[in-house]
Amino acid sequence: MKTRLTYRADFWVEVVSDLLFQATNFIFILVIFMHTESLGGWSQNEVVFVYGFFMVPFGVFSCFVNMWGFSERYIVKGEMDRILTRPAHNLFQIFLENVDPPALVGSVIGLVIMAISGSNLGLPFEWWTIPMIIVLTLSAVAIYTGIYTTLTSLSFYSDAPTGILPLMYNIQTYGRYPVTIYNRAIQVLLTWIIPFAFVGIYPAALFLHREEMQGMALLTPVIGALFLGIGLLSWNYGVKRYKGAGS
Amino acid sequence: MLGAYFDFIRIRFLTMLAYRVNYYSGILIYTLNIGVNYFTWRAIYGEGESLGGFTGAQMTTYVAVSWMARAFYFNNLDREISTDIRDGSIAIQFIRPYNYVLVKMMQGLGEGLFRFMMLMIPGMVIAILLFPVQLPTDLSAWAGFLVMLFFSFLISSQINIITGLSAFFVENNEGMMRMKRVVVDLFSGLIVPISLFPGWLSSVLEVLPFQAITYLPGSVFTGRVQGVGIWNVLGIQIIWFAVLLIPIVWLYHAARQRLFVQGG
Repeated sequence: MKTRLTYRADFWVEVVSDLLFQATNFIFILVIFMHTESLGGWSQNEVVFVYGFFMVPFGVFSCFVNMWGFSERYIVKGEMDRILTRPAHNLFQIFLENVDPPALVGSVIGLVIMAISGSNLGLPFEWWTIPMIIVLTLSAVAIYTGIYTTLTSLSFYSDAPTGILPLMYNIQTYGRYPVTIYNRAIQVLLTWIIPFAFVGIYPAALFLHREEMQGMALLTPVIGALFLGIGLLSWNYGVKRYKGAGS
Repeated sequence: MLGAYFDFIRIRFLTMLAYRVNYYSGILIYTLNIGVNYFTWRAIYGEGESLGGFTGAQMTTYVAVSWMARAFYFNNLDREISTDIRDGSIAIQFIRPYNYVLVKMMQGLGEGLFRFMMLMIPGMVIAILLFPVQLPTDLSAWAGFLVMLFFSFLISSQINIITGLSAFFVENNEGMMRMKRVVVDLFSGLIVPISLFPGWLSSVLEVLPFQAITYLPGSVFTGRVQGVGIWNVLGIQIIWFAVLLIPIVWLYHAARQRLFVQGG
């Protein structure tokens, strides 16, 4: 953490590049709604609100869980051995070593976007709004962590650099759009297999009072616990195999 | 001498073959990208007939072709170069009797050829089976597209090389590399065709090199641009290829100079 703050210029470059990444998606939404009134029955403000919600857990996730280049740094360069000699849980140590505070700026902007589009829509502010934001954010972070931990743990089995990770970054953004516009196969994929719909559209639907997705929204913590569990299991299993390799 | 450069293409191609698993998953993920974009655009079109000069069918084809073209021209030369610079191995590369940038270009081409055969063609077949993609019947559109695709690769790789070499002058170019990736995807017309952008933005994008990577070849392939227009597109690509050589040559020489100063 301290080392990251030493390079103050880097900090800002990273904030700007993060925001630019978010901006491209935002531009996409704006351009879409220049040409249409609604996207599968969702208005511009609603889609923007979902987008704002999506940014909050994503920022938290990117801050505390950073698996980029895990296989190069920890396996190829052998840092994993150093980690394993210490008593704290190895995955926890890796998370702590890679904390990335600039990412949290995205979460703050997400909250601002939610507030602006929410007030445009005249959304009521209920007593459960803030607690639910926290619960659903944590659940979504758990889903991200589960998926990316599972994928990263693949690098214990195969020596191929996991080129899947960057591609996943593309796919997760699709969980922000009304999944009902996709066909069955893609809906099932985004809901149950790589459940990115649970980090965007479903939880956001709760605040938008979208009746058809309430059930899904409330399922988010369950999915979060489930996928986090899968991630931890496959990670632990991978670490065991890694020791077995005896390097 | 030339043979040595061809070897770089061959070796990279064979190296890629070793990482086959990445590409099986790549085909699936690219198909998924096309699928999601296809359904999103279908929802946007609704009953509308045409948007930004694209009919619904043309948009489907455009989305499929753009993503598949990306499968070919995309590479990580920027990351490779900046890694070479940061761990210092570039010093040895500079002493060797070949041109470093040209070697990188050849390696990129080897990777591109691999992706063309293993990712783009099978992916395209799957996309055609799944989605109503309309392929051009005109032979010249196909020939033109392949030539343009090659220039897409050249221009995209040139931008990567410039980003990579910047690691000589910027302490940490991680942010630049990320920014480049985002800017290329958006401004090349991969995510939104440039003609759908608001007027002022699309006129800005028309004087930037990115449109030559995805938007212009895609427009030719979907049949929006025909006849003389094809030559215009090719002309724009050639001009950008030539223009982008200037900063590369300059960066390369400046980098060698700087390497001496650092005593590498």
